Amino acid sequence: MNATVTTPPGKAIGPIFRRDLKLAFRRRSEILQPLIFLCVVVSLFPLGVSPAPERLATMAQGVIWIAALLATVLSLDTFFRDDWEDGSIEQWAVSGHSLALIAVARAAAHWLVAGLPIVLLSPLLATWMQLPGEGVPVLAATLALGTPVLALVGAIGSALTVGARRGGQLLSLLVFPLYVPVLIMATGATGAAVDGLPYNGQLGLMAAMLVAAVTLAPFAIAAALRLSLE
Amino acid sequence: MLQASRLTLERHFHPVFAPVDLVVGRGDLWVLTGANGSGKTTLLRLLAGLVTPSEGQLARSVAAAWVGHRLALKDDLDVLENLQLARDFAGRTDADPLDAARKAGLEMALDQPAGTLSAGQRKRCALARLLLSPAPLWLLDEPYANLDRDGVTLLDGLLADHVGAGGACVMSTHGDLKPAIDGYRELAILPAPPGDHW
Repeated sequence: MNATVTTPPGKAIGPIFRRDLKLAFRRRSEILQPLIFLCVVVSLFPLGVSPAPERLATMAQGVIWIAALLATVLSLDTFFRDDWEDGSIEQWAVSGHSLALIAVARAAAHWLVAGLPIVLLSPLLATWMQLPGEGVPVLAATLALGTPVLALVGAIGSALTVGARRGGQLLSLLVFPLYVPVLIMATGATGAAVDGLPYNGQLGLMAAMLVAAVTLAPFAIAAALRLSLE
Repeated sequence: MLQASRLTLERHFHPVFAPVDLVVGRGDLWVLTGANGSGKTTLLRLLAGLVTPSEGQLARSVAAAWVGHRLALKDDLDVLENLQLARDFAGRTDADPLDAARKAGLEMALDQPAGTLSAGQRKRCALARLLLSPAPLWLLDEPYANLDRDGVTLLDGLLADHVGAGGACVMSTHGDLKPAIDGYRELAILPAPPGDHW
């Protein structure tokens, strides 16, 4: 098939990005729900485990990061579902625009409304969990580096499960194992910072994961979307 | 614009329809006919490049615009916003979404969210998007479905203009509704010959 299309690649990034932001603000509750979920999960730990500051501090970064993983998966279930159900993905595929670049634009918009708020909330969550002050900026840095990776990897899962009924459950089974390295590096870096140890190695690895996810995940997403149309 | 030879698709080891030969050139209007389930939609999806054929050759030299069963309207956006979105996505800054909406008979519903439109209005909105697309080849799956009498006349007008301007269209229809345009050609989709299936 040699479908030659005159529009240059990448022309769709702007319109798709703006469209996603517009749609997100039309449905503010869908942005807020995962964030409220995140706050509720974190705030249950002092109530359920122990309010003792020293006990909370030892598990603060783990709890916050696991809650962030759960919140991300919650928001990713619908990442491609609406577009698949209403036929938008068909239109993208027929348009001749690069599906990989559309995926980049969608992931960027999604991170802006779902990932960035988690980063901004992290000092508050850290205070709830009695995380020592030295760990707070590092926790925010790991979230800033890690949440885009979660979004991109999760988008692969979302694209793969988009045609499946009850895709949400399948999605979590699919992506949680892939989230493990991010989780280990992020909590390791924060823990090292609290203990006064160097943590730039973990942060460097997380940056590498981010670069790998940004460059490779879009192609996997595009392939999965094409598959969903067959 | 488009050339297909011996095109077919297998589902579950059985071809969906008998191999199809089709050549679409400038100014052609092809109507695919066949019973429900005969594979009209599948053939159109093949032509649009959404599905890869399991046998046969397909060559398309121009961009295509596609209107399928799923109309790709965003329920939270109003008619005009949906059309603006389509225009931006197609990269045509010269096209006027307002004008397209008027031509599709939607001027009364411009600021109505697409989710509150009737099925016929939604169809009109999706068809209005064709006017904002630079693609010379239109692939329309059951474009007459849900349209009222006015809508059918309107679609015939759009088709006549498009074909008259050197565009081309392949559309499917299952009913008695055929375009009221002279010179359209019909292609009946036949079921695959029985035999080699297991």
